[in-house]
Amino acid sequence: MQSARRAQRRVQRAPHLKVLWLGGASPPRCWRHPPQVPPHRPGRGPLPSLARGAAAVRRAAAPRRPRPAALSCGSLLSPPAAPGSAMGNVPSAVKHCLSYQQLLREHLWIGDSVAGALDPAQESSQFSGLPEYVKIVEVGPRDGLQNEKVIVPTDIKIEFINQLSQTGLSVIEVTSFVSSRWVPQVAAGATEISVFGAASESFSKKNINCSIEESMEKFEEVVKSARHMNIPARGYVSCALGCPYEGGITTQKVTEVSKRLYGMGCYEISLGDTIGVGTPGSMRRMLESVMKEIPSSALAVHCHDTYGQALANILTALQMGINVVDSAVAGLGGCPYAKGASGNVATEDLIYMLHGLGLHTGVNLYKVMEAGDFICKAVNKSTNSKVAQASFKGRLERICA
Amino acid sequence: MVSTSSVGTFPKRVKIVEVGPRDGLQNEKNIVPTAMKIKLIDMLSEAGLPVIEATSFVSPKWVPQMADHTEVLKGIQKFPGINYPVLTPNFKGFQAAVAAGAKEVAVFGAASELFTKKNINCSIEESIQRFGEVLKAARAASIPVRGYVSCALGCPYEGKISPAKVAEVTKKMYSMGCYEISLGDTIGVGTPGGMKDMLSAVMQEVPVAALAVHCHDTYGQALANTLMALQMGVSVVDSSVAGLGGCPYAQGASGNLATEDLVYMLAGLGIHTGVNLQKLLEAGTFICQALNRKTSSKVAQATCKL
Repeated sequence: MQSARRAQRRVQRAPHLKVLWLGGASPPRCWRHPPQVPPHRPGRGPLPSLARGAAAVRRAAAPRRPRPAALSCGSLLSPPAAPGSAMGNVPSAVKHCLSYQQLLREHLWIGDSVAGALDPAQESSQFSGLPEYVKIVEVGPRDGLQNEKVIVPTDIKIEFINQLSQTGLSVIEVTSFVSSRWVPQVAAGATEISVFGAASESFSKKNINCSIEESMEKFEEVVKSARHMNIPARGYVSCALGCPYEGGITTQKVTEVSKRLYGMGCYEISLGDTIGVGTPGSMRRMLESVMKEIPSSALAVHCHDTYGQALANILTALQMGINVVDSAVAGLGGCPYAKGASGNVATEDLIYMLHGLGLHTGVNLYKVMEAGDFICKAVNKSTNSKVAQASFKGRLERICA
Repeated sequence: MVSTSSVGTFPKRVKIVEVGPRDGLQNEKNIVPTAMKIKLIDMLSEAGLPVIEATSFVSPKWVPQMADHTEVLKGIQKFPGINYPVLTPNFKGFQAAVAAGAKEVAVFGAASELFTKKNINCSIEESIQRFGEVLKAARAASIPVRGYVSCALGCPYEGKISPAKVAEVTKKMYSMGCYEISLGDTIGVGTPGGMKDMLSAVMQEVPVAALAVHCHDTYGQALANTLMALQMGVSVVDSSVAGLGGCPYAQGASGNLATEDLVYMLAGLGIHTGVNLQKLLEAGTFICQALNRKTSSKVAQATCKL
């Protein structure tokens, strides 16, 4: 707790760092203010979308980048062509076909500007029906590190967060203050809080030792106090697509809990597939139900990749109008319910898909990969991001040189 | 079509083409003994996969992993109702395949001139002529031929590939007699938007019932790309048990989409595949032990019991 407070004082100026408060002891003094979110007033319509405002700003700022010419293959290291060998029958030697800088520019749409400018070819193939701008909520420093075995020293955490602050990510979840005893007070200085509900009674009992109803009553007090001090609150609903104890979860229950959190004043509800068991079908059914009660602009998805379904589920959510997605750089954080399994979806892989779809995020994928490389070395584990695995190993030094 | 809502419909059934024993093993460093290859294919048959690409009739000088192609094809149990296509890059390979009892073969084209040049030292046009001989002979022998189009969403040499080029090559192969064309994202760089654009172009020339997608997971996009293809009406998907086969163009990167993860998604969508996930997982465990490597399938990695 003490080190977390010290950590916050030392983090450099960075945009919109958010302290996650799980409803324990008083939240810390924060050093940074989140985006100005007007207090939520149920009955007066949904909050203005951060996304739309941000998108407008970014579109105004983003210059068009000319499409780079294809490189010649003079630097290829490929072996001589093998007559009679079939397509794809290539030795497993690394082929530096396109330079990785070229590959990253062409395929990963990494612009020179943080806004990630699109080239005209991508704009014309922009997938219709998807939101133009997607806000990424980076949960690596909190959700990610919380589920890593290695305890990360404070100064490493600070450096990690500082690096993330340079990437263009507009929301970075920093740390958490958890107490087993509920103290319903909000100390002056907290800039944003989060409260965690669950759509499963068993999960609620096991995690915070109370029923869903009891947890909602507690959150109500907290959120009301926070709003009174102009501190926005984000609500999380765990087990939105399945529970490690109960199995299937009804969409009605998810809707009920989400509506409760929204009604008490949470500006955004992040629907979490806590154990990653969801598939596009269950994601669609759940969102259909929740969106009957809560506007899509107030919803986010938090998909875990435990069964490899995260990006497919996120794509489904985008197709349904959701434009806020939680992810963790390098896919930090395993699954506490499935030993050895992966957890959060990797921010790099998410950005790759979003940019490929022609959507704005405002995030520089390159810099996220750098931050991912840094933290993976610090916790001594390999990245869970496929994008990082494919394009990063040992090549970044060459590209950056 | 199965509808899970008013937005988005999916095929009721999806045919999974299991390419692990060929495409997967081919890109694995360790050579797998013949007996183990046969056992893998038998286990995959027991798992209910309707199509299992068994081997490749290519010169062992270039692909040592496939040197035992004849023994493998002769040694596997041929389950009724399951097809066991083999790769035949040229007429010589086709003859050897037929002699070994092949009932279905596959040929490879590419949507990139540079890729074709680097891989088989000729142009796209010349490569099409080459396997034209295979197609002619196959037609005479009433053997169906599956076509592959590599670099459908990007090329490691040329970069971006135009959907029109993919459509052109696919149309050519279809008109020459391939009953099905598998469109391959060879280096896994594609994203759902690119998949949609490419399929839109191809579907103007070839009926969707004759199309399959073969997505690589090098950038983690395979399942999302496959989902998009299903939404466009594609009902045949290639995948590889345990996600076997790395990417030869990006050291350390992953390759094929893992069949287990694909089956998991399709089952969740209520789409019939005929595959028993438990038995598939067993086959994956078996081959990973044989190869002394970890599985690339997330479903296999997760031990969460629900």
